[in-house]
Amino acid sequence: MNNKSLKRFIILCLSPALILFSVFMIYPTFSVFLMSLYKWGGLSSNKLFVGLNNFKILMQDENFIRSFQNTVFLIVVVTIVTLVIAIMFAAILVKENVKGQNFFRVIFYIPNILSVVVISSIFSAIYDPGQGLINSFLSLINGDGFKSIQFLGNQDIVIYSIAGAMIWQAIGYYMVIYMAGMSSIPNQLYESADIEGASKVRQFFKITLPLVWDTIRTSLIFFIISSINLSFLFVKIMTSGGPDGASEVFLSYMYKQAYNNASYGYGMSIGVIVFIFSFLLSGVINKITKRDTLQY
Amino acid sequence: MGKLYKAFIYVALISLAASIIIPVGWVFMASVKENSEFYGNPWSLPEGFHFENFIEAIHQANMGEYFLNSVIATSLGLVILLAVSLPAAYVLARFEFRGKTLINRLLMAGLFVNVNYIVVPIFLMLLDWDKSLMNIMGEGFFLDNIVVLALVYASTAIPFTVYLLSNFFKTLPKAFEEAAFIDGAGYFTTMVKVMAPMARPSIITVILFNFLAFWNEYIIALTLMPNASKTLPVGLINLMQSQKAAANYGQLYAGLVIVMLPTLILYILVQKKLTQGMTVGGVKG
Repeated sequence: MNNKSLKRFIILCLSPALILFSVFMIYPTFSVFLMSLYKWGGLSSNKLFVGLNNFKILMQDENFIRSFQNTVFLIVVVTIVTLVIAIMFAAILVKENVKGQNFFRVIFYIPNILSVVVISSIFSAIYDPGQGLINSFLSLINGDGFKSIQFLGNQDIVIYSIAGAMIWQAIGYYMVIYMAGMSSIPNQLYESADIEGASKVRQFFKITLPLVWDTIRTSLIFFIISSINLSFLFVKIMTSGGPDGASEVFLSYMYKQAYNNASYGYGMSIGVIVFIFSFLLSGVINKITKRDTLQY
Repeated sequence: MGKLYKAFIYVALISLAASIIIPVGWVFMASVKENSEFYGNPWSLPEGFHFENFIEAIHQANMGEYFLNSVIATSLGLVILLAVSLPAAYVLARFEFRGKTLINRLLMAGLFVNVNYIVVPIFLMLLDWDKSLMNIMGEGFFLDNIVVLALVYASTAIPFTVYLLSNFFKTLPKAFEEAAFIDGAGYFTTMVKVMAPMARPSIITVILFNFLAFWNEYIIALTLMPNASKTLPVGLINLMQSQKAAANYGQLYAGLVIVMLPTLILYILVQKKLTQGMTVGGVKG
């Protein structure tokens, strides 16, 4: 084999991918950091270096603080509720002999293949105060005295409504991941636990949960990163941050600053905060969920 | 206790299934309703099949044109993605060379890059390129260009795709290549004729996942195609806003069906492969 032709082959194979990757991923990532140091309208050439000033303003920006709180709230609530439901249903489908198991598995995964645009539109229709499915269902039960709930129009409720849509779309995906982990646990473990008289619940906490812990850990970090992304899309389409900023999240606020306000530099400093935040959070979660991995 | 437990399980399973089937089925039902039917009870069955909604959505609301745009962006994106990722993955998995570790690390880091905020600099970069072009040729090229959109789609999917494919190539025994080399095949022929066909299962996984990602993509298409030509998801949001204002609900639901039907059909055809591929390929969404 000729060394020179091998070298040429390697370069030829790698360069197209590396060029695209550099131009459309590495370079833009660096520009996010660079732009965050400027006061810049984007379209004008009037670019002013302000160092960390954008970040100083951010720390006092009430709207940003609210978007921060909303993002954290969504991450915590959506993660916990989704994981609990996904693990519960995965355990049921793997360990219990349910009729129509395959049917349920196929149905539960459907939300994951739908576009966020579709899901947001469906939920906007479901939540609609006049024609919406939930309100019209509630009015059937409650009768004439029913006052419809403003799922997306009430400042106190809107964030829960968004969380509901996010949970709905995520359950099936994580369920399938945990099902894969659970189905590889050998059956003897459960058989011997049965003989010793351990209850189903006890078996779940003593056998199933510890053995899929690693899968849960990996999925958690991924989950948080995708929650930040998805919350943005849901909010942008369903409420565009409203009413009155009550559902603003990190990236929707960034988008607003960059495009609507034409303060790209300020917008990008939010991007940097999101980056650092998700990085730190992954680290923290990695640390607190660390346990000795159990083998079987 | 045993019976009660069983009953509880089925109640839980059926409630969750209903929470998915009812809204999705409801959209399908509403898409054939006449506009006057929307003002009564939303739970009522349609009085007939009012397929005009679809025809109106396709013609008047341009959903037909947007559909075509989505088909082009998605398929072109997939072709570009495979054309650049397959050779890169193969080389990274099978050969030793200087800089390999660095490239691998960079691509791994790329898995964590958030497309939703790098889309702003990408937009500004393309805008800059367009401005320079305007000065020379009098018109722009990079924004509102479906080929560029496909290129960006492909680029953002490179880290995951290369990672998945090269993991697969690593599992193949060396003997295949050695035999091909003895038979006189060059590196390129070996890759295309011997190794790539063996990677078919992973290639299918890659295509399935990225089809869903590209077809459903919203924010990149919204940003990089600011003017007339749109993809389906972006067009759908426009349709939603205009039809809500005009209180013309039938078209809106027909639009929703047009966006979700292709993915549902694909899913029904390959649902086993998709969920299996997911656990092989690790996490992505």
